[in-house]
Amino acid sequence: MEPNIFQYGFIIKGLLGAIFASITAGLAGTYVVSRRMVFLSGGITHASFGGIGIGYFIGINPVVGAAVFGIMSALGVEYLSVKQKIREDSAIGILWAFGMAIGIIFIYLTPGYTPNLMSYLFGSILTVSRADIIALGVMSVILILYFGIFYRTILYISFDEVYARTYSSYVDIFKYVTTSLVALTIVLNIRMAGVVLVISLLTIPPNIAMLFTRVYSKIVIWSIIAGFVGTATGYVISYYAGIPVGATIIFTLVIIWVLVRITTLLIMKLSKRRN
Amino acid sequence: MPILFEMHSLSASYGANTVLQDVNFTVNENDFIGVIGPNGGGKTTLLKVILGLLKPAKGTLIFNETLLNGNSIGYLPQLSTGDVNYPVTVTDIILSGLMIGKSIFSRMSSSDKLKAHTVIEELGLTGMSKSNLNELSGGQIQRVLLGRAIIGNPRLILLDEPGNFVDTTFENDFYEKLKDLNKRMAILMVSHDVGTISSHIKSFACVNRSLHYHPSPEITNEDLLAYGCPIQLVTHGDVPHTVLKYHK
Repeated sequence: MEPNIFQYGFIIKGLLGAIFASITAGLAGTYVVSRRMVFLSGGITHASFGGIGIGYFIGINPVVGAAVFGIMSALGVEYLSVKQKIREDSAIGILWAFGMAIGIIFIYLTPGYTPNLMSYLFGSILTVSRADIIALGVMSVILILYFGIFYRTILYISFDEVYARTYSSYVDIFKYVTTSLVALTIVLNIRMAGVVLVISLLTIPPNIAMLFTRVYSKIVIWSIIAGFVGTATGYVISYYAGIPVGATIIFTLVIIWVLVRITTLLIMKLSKRRN
Repeated sequence: MPILFEMHSLSASYGANTVLQDVNFTVNENDFIGVIGPNGGGKTTLLKVILGLLKPAKGTLIFNETLLNGNSIGYLPQLSTGDVNYPVTVTDIILSGLMIGKSIFSRMSSSDKLKAHTVIEELGLTGMSKSNLNELSGGQIQRVLLGRAIIGNPRLILLDEPGNFVDTTFENDFYEKLKDLNKRMAILMVSHDVGTISSHIKSFACVNRSLHYHPSPEITNEDLLAYGCPIQLVTHGDVPHTVLKYHK
């Protein structure tokens, strides 16, 4: 098959998507992993599926619906965990399933055209639009500026919130804003990796980086690099093997984790023997 | 001796549960006060009120604003508040003590980093500047948190059970260090170990819902009885012995 303009556009879209997904997931993911919010992020992801369903039903862009649901559930859980009236993990569990239920109900209530559920659940580069890529690009810039400007403030609040409260009255605002940005990052990456797999896009790259560095800023940079290698490789494999892209990316990232883990173990053993 | 802050008939509560009632308390420059009392008696709550983390339900807390305000106090919390597995280096943790008085946009200057370096040397943490807390011993972690509390050279530091999780030799070094620091800052130290701290502090405050100030470091069982302060009293003589008393 001769390469044509559609194929070319597909490659550009895939490349830009991989770059922006790695940047957003690397920045948001390092925060999520460091603050041990992985389960909360899973809850946000699945709750946002409710927004996708309602978006279809009332005829607006499903990503907008997902964003509203994602941010509201993120803020809701942060708020509940501050008030400590409800056990946080139970609240997340309820939200998780409730969001999925709402999503399924409204998608089936939508008259006529039934959208491709699989593409939202497992991701598909074919359904990623130009607008999705632009949104991810804008999100990358926002996150780089946000974490760049407020690096120390965010680092210290998430390391030791109680101490941060002794000198700052902005602790809650920063927690809410950062969690909202995490929720938006998740929602915008759903098109790439799907509801079921997007959480791994955030959590695997920082865990690869943490195998060899324990400095927050370096974890961010290496997460982005690892995320890009995994995402780009996953695209290529999925394209040639004709398998779903989200699953391929996650599979590739886990393979990278295993390879880096073995390498660091070997290096540690060798340097021990030398001593 | 200049006053740092005063509390007048101050009460503090969590919801309907009153933890501190009618507390009158004054801390002066260069004080070294041991805060003792039973668990749940309000020791940590007292620190929270001073730090502004908990608003008093009644009464007043007045700072001598030329020397101190609620945002410029060094604080060493109980070990549990920070996550020891968090990917943040010793240098960065100590630097966070300088966030007092900085804006949210602030960056750390090279003179800030020099200060952190000096504190690391001073507290015997050389070589650990790039470590995470989970690579350090309990005593070393306490020193890092002490470093964070003192890097800004505050006029007052609050220490919440600094002797916890620290072995005895480390503990003695730690208290010697505090004695040094006391020359330039007042210290308010919560502890359950009255015997060990009594040789280092200058005065006591016993907190058990109310607060009784005892202006000398020696404290007897009779004092504790009078204050309604059911704590463990350890004294050191030729043969170390422990006296346990429970008061109604």
